[in-house]
Amino acid sequence: MFKKVLAFAAAATLCFSVAGCGDAKDSSSGDDDGLIRVGIINNDPNESGYRTANDNDMKAMFTEANGYDASFAYSLKNDEQIASAQKFIQDGVDYLLLSAADTAGWDSVLKDAQDAGVKVILFDRTIDADESLYEASIVSDMEKEGQTAVDWLKSQGLSEYNIIHLQGVMGSAAQKGRSGALDTEVTNSGWTLVTQQTAEWSAEKAQQIVQSVIDSGKKFNVIYAENDDMAKGAVAALDKANISHGVGKDVIVMGFDCNKWALQELLAQNWNYDGQCNPFQASYINDIIQKLEKGEKLTEKVVIMEEKGFDATKITQEDVDTYGI
Amino acid sequence: MSTIKKNNNVFMKLIHNQIFIPIAALLLLVLFNLIADPSFFAIHLEQNSVGNHVLSGNLITILDYGSELAILAIGMTLVTAASGGQDISVGAAIAISGSVVLRILCGTETQPESLHAPIIVAFLVSCVVAMLFGAFNGALVAFFKIQPMVATLILFTAGRSIAAWINNNKLPTVTDETFQYFGGFIPGIPIPTPFFIMLACMLVTFLVLKFTNLGLYTQSVGINEKSSRLNGLNPTFIKFLSFVILGLCVAVCGLIKVSRLSTINYSVIAKDIEMDAILAVALGGNALSGGKFNMWASVLGAYVIQFLTTTLYRYNVKSDALSAYKAVVVIILVVLSAPVVREKLSAFGKWILSHRRTPAKEAA
Repeated sequence: MFKKVLAFAAAATLCFSVAGCGDAKDSSSGDDDGLIRVGIINNDPNESGYRTANDNDMKAMFTEANGYDASFAYSLKNDEQIASAQKFIQDGVDYLLLSAADTAGWDSVLKDAQDAGVKVILFDRTIDADESLYEASIVSDMEKEGQTAVDWLKSQGLSEYNIIHLQGVMGSAAQKGRSGALDTEVTNSGWTLVTQQTAEWSAEKAQQIVQSVIDSGKKFNVIYAENDDMAKGAVAALDKANISHGVGKDVIVMGFDCNKWALQELLAQNWNYDGQCNPFQASYINDIIQKLEKGEKLTEKVVIMEEKGFDATKITQEDVDTYGI
Repeated sequence: MSTIKKNNNVFMKLIHNQIFIPIAALLLLVLFNLIADPSFFAIHLEQNSVGNHVLSGNLITILDYGSELAILAIGMTLVTAASGGQDISVGAAIAISGSVVLRILCGTETQPESLHAPIIVAFLVSCVVAMLFGAFNGALVAFFKIQPMVATLILFTAGRSIAAWINNNKLPTVTDETFQYFGGFIPGIPIPTPFFIMLACMLVTFLVLKFTNLGLYTQSVGINEKSSRLNGLNPTFIKFLSFVILGLCVAVCGLIKVSRLSTINYSVIAKDIEMDAILAVALGGNALSGGKFNMWASVLGAYVIQFLTTTLYRYNVKSDALSAYKAVVVIILVVLSAPVVREKLSAFGKWILSHRRTPAKEAA
């Protein structure tokens, strides 16, 4: 019996540890306090620097001082996110803000939301559902991010392009967009991919992959990493083998996401390029909610955020402070 | 005649020795690489960017990355032997102990100008923390008799979030160069430091196994808990102890991991390393159901796994397909260790020997 109780306690702890991250604040207050009730479903803020910045931005915007009563739920798993969405709908939130872990499987829960009069706004990631099911979606154009980066690389006018391509988790929107642009250019311009591997956003894996290319003695002069972490791992491997990198050096290093430390590497001219992936969607969402509250009509369903690409030869300290996340 | 028989005996002894399995696997991989591309084994002495002369090449990479796995395998072997189960939370525990190291070195800053504490202090604190988490797992398994895999599932799920809390969700970076020595090279020494750390861990383990009864006690608890209690051992304590020792191994491994990049990413650091560590134990021919163990076979098993990983990378195998190849190894191991197959194999071995012996006799 004692054992059973303990096993139960252990199981309860487990459930708590899974669910406990969400529902940090249970919104039981009614509509009468004049606050707009929003339920925010996001990915785990520990996932990356990007996500941490995104979460902090949301937390800073949706406060009581700004007229919001916000509840947060975090998960990297689609089914857990859907369960949280159902809970928010039952709680009767006014707006459901959603950054979906996966693109599929949202139709029925969004229909429920529509029936309950909950307005849905997608941020950061789109989903495969009918446009009528959500009010707006605020996203990054990953294809454009990739294209900006590849155009920059092309403008460097190297005599030959031997590229190590480090991909993110296969199938994610960021990976597809950023890989797509490079793949097209490789076929069109006759560039060479020395290796094309997924390092799953991980610096450790990226380091091992680049290490294996160095060990095999193949020549390369560009590292196209789809996020900053992987670029950092790649650079660690280059440093070990005394291969120079950065502005005017042997290897061009490219990253994405504009982490502050990455932009500092650009400023020090150790890296060459960093593409922005804007995590600051909260102000866009706020604008949309305010418009909807006033009964205005939205002019466009899909809002694409402005995003930049930074060149190490042009970046300034001001850019690092403004755009670093 | 007598020499042949002796040779046969040596041969049989070797086959029946546990360490034969990882050695055979290693030879297989070496042979494959020799045939496919001998340049795999090339080693160069080159300058790195700090100006030190260091060795580089696939073999050095294997020594480098295999060492952290080997350190984990030491602890995992003890846990497996004593409790008959595995700890699946080592990856998450590495995230925690790595996070502790950075928390102490960086304080609350993300990029401090100078270290807030000596590295040794940070390491010792991370050892204590990792051992505490090991003790938590150990307590669940030993005192509350929860299945090890279920008990460690708790930390497996919660660990990475705890790691993030320790540093307040920030990703600190250490700029001090001496911190990179642990996962890189010490100036003037051309061999990667993790290998030396591994040697130190091996030495300690060797001394402990030689001069204490830990090995004997662990095996007897793993083989039969009841009879070892009747013989005056304390199975609960020994199981508990094995998890605490694994915690120590985790701390060492965590230091190497964060030192490699001087920073941490909570969600991906040491991802899936628990599977590799368990595989190392299995590849070492140790029964995953506990009991007898051979530490050196596990350590060798760890290097064999890294050998496999490096070989696969060398041939440009998609890195997300690596686990599929490792799964094949697991399947082969499990099938080979099944009693039915073992019986058939040993019968086959005897049949071959008897056929070899007959012509030899005639010649004599």
